[in-house]
Amino acid sequence: MNIFRMHILIPVDEETIQSGVLHVKRKLELELYNRNLSSEIKVIETGTMGISGSGVIMVLYPDQVYYYDVKEKDIPLIVEEHIIKGRIVDSIKHDHGEKSRACQRIPEGVCFSRTQKRIVLDKCHIVNPYDLEEVIANGGYRALEKILSENFKPEHIIEELKISGLRGRGGAGFPTWIKWNGTKNCESDQKYIICNADEGEPGTYKDRLILEGDPHKLIEAMIIGGYTAGASKGYIYIRGEYGLSISRIQKAIDDAKANGLLGRNILGTDFSFELEIKRGAGAYVCGEETALIESLEGNRGNPRVKPPYPVFSGLWSKPTIVNNVETLANIPDIIYRGGEWFKGFGTDKCSGTKVFTILGNVEYPGLIEVEMGTTLREIINSYGGGVKGGKRFKAALVGGAAGVFLSDKLLDVRMDFESLKENAAVLGSGAILVMDEDASLFDILYSTLEFFAHESCGQCSPCRIGTHHLMGIMKAIKNGEGTVKDLDDMISISETMFNTSLCPLGQSLIMPVKSAIENFREEFRVSETKTTKHRKSETQRRKQCHLM
Amino acid sequence: MSKLQILKKYAKTKDNLINMLHDIQNANEFNYLTKDDLELVADYLDLPYSYVHSVTTFYTMFSLKPRGKNIVRVCQSPPCQLMGATTISEELKKILEIDFGQTTGDGLFTLEMTSCIGVCGVAPAMMINEDVYGNLNTERIMEIIEERRRAQ
Repeated sequence: MNIFRMHILIPVDEETIQSGVLHVKRKLELELYNRNLSSEIKVIETGTMGISGSGVIMVLYPDQVYYYDVKEKDIPLIVEEHIIKGRIVDSIKHDHGEKSRACQRIPEGVCFSRTQKRIVLDKCHIVNPYDLEEVIANGGYRALEKILSENFKPEHIIEELKISGLRGRGGAGFPTWIKWNGTKNCESDQKYIICNADEGEPGTYKDRLILEGDPHKLIEAMIIGGYTAGASKGYIYIRGEYGLSISRIQKAIDDAKANGLLGRNILGTDFSFELEIKRGAGAYVCGEETALIESLEGNRGNPRVKPPYPVFSGLWSKPTIVNNVETLANIPDIIYRGGEWFKGFGTDKCSGTKVFTILGNVEYPGLIEVEMGTTLREIINSYGGGVKGGKRFKAALVGGAAGVFLSDKLLDVRMDFESLKENAAVLGSGAILVMDEDASLFDILYSTLEFFAHESCGQCSPCRIGTHHLMGIMKAIKNGEGTVKDLDDMISISETMFNTSLCPLGQSLIMPVKSAIENFREEFRVSETKTTKHRKSETQRRKQCHLM
Repeated sequence: MSKLQILKKYAKTKDNLINMLHDIQNANEFNYLTKDDLELVADYLDLPYSYVHSVTTFYTMFSLKPRGKNIVRVCQSPPCQLMGATTISEELKKILEIDFGQTTGDGLFTLEMTSCIGVCGVAPAMMINEDVYGNLNTERIMEIIEERRRAQ
């Protein structure tokens, strides 16, 4: 085995690819080869670092120096100065037309700070997801090996999950052990476990980066799930748009199979488990578990009426566990280190960590993993670097498009399921969209409602008609034809949708609508009294929604 | 690979329907599914044509109309809106001289909207076929479109 004096980590994901990471990597490898350094320096392609909007990133170990915004033409200088002479390059200035970009070290403590607690993302930025040996050397598949070699009873695994207090990270926060236990206790000739990787929530891309950075972790968790519940078959349902994730997870499945970690007689035991990828085809509603199951069966993705819950009757009416990517990614460590260990992080009722995506008007957008219960203020200021350009904070849309607009009064709210619920908000998918004083909250709500009107599957009337009716009112307000009553109507429509819609798509619109209107009423330009013009516009809207 | 060969990669079970439609559409020069395609799949899986049609039209990634060689999908989700996606959409319409859902006369580009493509860190963003482009502004769009035109 070669001993390398230096490792260069280069994160490759959709975002860095569009910044040209593949060209930079090729150039670096060529440069190292030309200078006879290939046997001394190893270049490793990894998953994300969690740093967004900073172009191509390179990390040099053992020096722990981060370079960002690296261009192909910076490579000779970095190789010459840093790698050969050991002098850290502080900045490279060069002209891109009129702009001057600097390539420099990331200041310590910002964004990718060491205070993050990484359980889910622990390997994402340090191992090559294509290299199974590297994954195993860094702790991959050790939980699986533990349960198989020590003959763990399924009850034992459920007990650990129960102690850990792990709750679903897809948004609802349902205790994971209850799902697993339910399916385990079902009598059936066939059971299934499904990983929900149909990540369509606007502003959320955590699952994609987990999949791309550490696909083996997910596979390991699904095998453990299969072992616990007695399921011999698993499916990973991935969004059709996520091309890179699909190819990485397929490679990981093939590698695991070739090495006896997946398939028949895993690690020489009697236990067998098969895993298959299913591609989505562009439908937001398929993130809902029963719609996902319908789609997986080859149907239109219309949600089912619950109960029965998938735990008892899911895929082809067989008991089925459906878990989010992030939820599953927590499980190998819980099994290996024990539920008590996991409970040591986060709050009493919400243990563990949460992966957040920080977006919008912040200095350092990106992906972070911190303990449950970290305050919104800390996340925005310490990890996101504060509001961009020193502007004033106006609002944060927390939990994805179907989330809640939080005002500055709630900046100190703790980010966990319970604390947010107390403040009539949701943790949702963990997306935090920060808006500065110049941002238009009305426009954001407008595009959110437009999105929902488009994505409503049309199966149940409250959602199908409600979304279009809300859209009609928003259009009227945009054209200056809105009244105060319209705002009250919007709340009342979304309340009806909450009470009567079949699935969370229609039920959740109350969150953004109510929080925007109640906390930021001044953002809606409406008049107090009705004029003839208003009445005309209202009649027209009703006609458009086929309500007359 | 012929269409039948594509289908034969999969077992004759309904759960493979969406994967089959993906593969057949990807093999089509104009990125769409013809009536014959749907009939072929329906026959292969022994499903009614109407059933396959209803599944195809449910999902936005499938098209029953011929599309350009390059499908430009502009992200319309709130994070991109906040960073200026509306301007980007208008610019693209102007440069390509088409509206959303239309294809340019030379058959090179089709303009579509998409929900979040998960690169919000570099919003506003768009996809052209499988490639993602972020940090968009007018000059960058011009460059990208020009590059694609030259590549043909």
